[in-house]
Amino acid sequence: MTTLWQSLLIALRALRVNKMRALLTMLGIIIGIGAVIAMVAIGSGASKMISDQISSIGSNLLLVLPGSVTSGGMRSGAGGTQTLTYDDARAIKAECPSVGAVAPSVRGSGQVVFGNQNWSTVLFGVTPDMVTVRDWTIVAGRNITQSDVDGATKNCLIGQTVVDNLFGGTDPMGKIIRIKKIPFTVVGILGRKGQSPQGQDQDDVIYVPLRTAQRKLLGSQFPNVVGSIMVQAKDAEVLDKAEEEVTELLNQRHRIGPNREVDYTIRNLSELLAVTEQSSKVMSILLGAVASISLVVGGIGIMNIMLVSVTERTREIGIRIAIGAKKRDIMLQFLTEAVLLTTCGGIIGMLLGVAGARLVASLIGWPTLISVNTIIIAFGFSAGVGVFFGFYPARKAAALNPIDALRYE
Amino acid sequence: MDEVVRLNDVVKIYTMGEERVEAMKGVSFTVNRGEFVSIMGASGSGKSTCMNILGCLDVPTSGSYLLDGVNVGELSADALAEVRNKKLGFVFQGFNLLARTTARQNVELPLVYAQIPAAERKSRALEALEKVGLASREGHYSNQLSGGQQQRVAIARALVNRPSIILADEPTGNLDSRTTIEIMAIFQELNRQGITIIMVTHEPDVAEFTSRHIIFRDGLIISDEPYQAKTAVPPVEVEKL
Repeated sequence: MTTLWQSLLIALRALRVNKMRALLTMLGIIIGIGAVIAMVAIGSGASKMISDQISSIGSNLLLVLPGSVTSGGMRSGAGGTQTLTYDDARAIKAECPSVGAVAPSVRGSGQVVFGNQNWSTVLFGVTPDMVTVRDWTIVAGRNITQSDVDGATKNCLIGQTVVDNLFGGTDPMGKIIRIKKIPFTVVGILGRKGQSPQGQDQDDVIYVPLRTAQRKLLGSQFPNVVGSIMVQAKDAEVLDKAEEEVTELLNQRHRIGPNREVDYTIRNLSELLAVTEQSSKVMSILLGAVASISLVVGGIGIMNIMLVSVTERTREIGIRIAIGAKKRDIMLQFLTEAVLLTTCGGIIGMLLGVAGARLVASLIGWPTLISVNTIIIAFGFSAGVGVFFGFYPARKAAALNPIDALRYE
Repeated sequence: MDEVVRLNDVVKIYTMGEERVEAMKGVSFTVNRGEFVSIMGASGSGKSTCMNILGCLDVPTSGSYLLDGVNVGELSADALAEVRNKKLGFVFQGFNLLARTTARQNVELPLVYAQIPAAERKSRALEALEKVGLASREGHYSNQLSGGQQQRVAIARALVNRPSIILADEPTGNLDSRTTIEIMAIFQELNRQGITIIMVTHEPDVAEFTSRHIIFRDGLIISDEPYQAKTAVPPVEVEKL
């Protein structure tokens, strides 16, 4: 039994003799592995982009919205009524054990002025939990506090887009801005989130204390009403349970019964995430599958050339057997050659695949995700292709009759 | 006497489709250590088949072959490979060196399969090349060598694992008469050093340099006699041997 090292030397020598042929044979594997890597990288990059966008809303969320009401035979659409109150939100937080954070909010819009700059943005009246629920980071200053909410203070948190448009370079912290002509102090700055899955700029936002918004800024006829309540379950496992608890509580509070239709709706945002992730996963599996077909084709090319190589070197095989090579020595020699071909092709393909993925990333602006796993799997796969498609030719070589092989012209 | 080879009533039958060819019909002979035997006969006489069996490339249909007292017919394929590697050295008519491989690498080949470490391989290969007068050509590729030189490399390859016998199948068949004498001189010198050599040839001139003639006809030995070997007078180039 020769050592693997010897077989490797012999294989290298054999490949050096037919450089062009070796390269062309490798090409199949290069393209196969390159395509698999690029496709998987692009596919998983795309799916990560989508799931990032979705999770930028926040995770394990239930969104409670006012429902439709019927008045005089006319049904309003969802959210067509104002049935949710701050008290509902507080009750949810107090009474539902599976619920972690509860963020009621009211929404409005208005002109904001600082110095000689002005900007129209989205205003939210929120409680401190909003930052937790939406997974915001606060890059400077502080969050809105419960005493801000209770005392209806004129403090606000501003998003990055607002910072860019109003302050353009100067530090907004502690500055007074006028929101709908009312002066507010900037107490904190939100970190950048980017676009929502729907393409909205999530950073174009100002958060003010809920009470302040209700009473002073968005002046509603029902001062206790909130536009929506975001409910965050304690973790993903209890999300469904949290939904049941919230439903039960709200049914009770709103006296929902046979004579009263349900006046709120609950949306489970994680379902959206799951569906989207599922579809992008399917896409990347599909891409990978198509690419691996080319790998199989490349493998057949390897087998073809190895068969030619065995025939060409029949005499050499005969000499080796006569001189004392065992069957497995001959097997090992040709298997090594095939595996060397495919792994070289695999490495080149890997580099090209990574380069291709990067190129696509920079051209289309998609993120690409090249995991170490993909690389290891691709490498292992290319070696596996070598073993699989090299096995038959190697066995054929090892089974040669030395007497015939020595006479072979 | 020290017996190296013993063939007992060896029969070899090839079946090629419908046709049965009896290549050897019951051949017995023994070879003692240090002999220089030539096996002769017309083509189809069974001498090549005999050589293949002696070389453990083929096994007898019936009868037995004892090499150094071991019944080769009972050995597994791997064990036969080891016998070929350690006990036998082959010299072929067509030289059969590996192409694009240096003389030394060719000589090292049996040692590779014997799993000898690289440093020892090198020194033993050089030693064997020395014996055939080609130490200075160790780095030459086989295609850069003349026919006679290639055959000498092949002899060095046969020698390198210190075999019990060297089997030579028409070793001078592809060589001109002067080179033939060179090669025969090398064989005679090796024989003088105690190496057993069995050579197949159909040229009586070549057989004259050996000390025993076995003649085959139609799968049987028709004569087996000692012979007063003629000394191969080495041409000038190989005198340094």
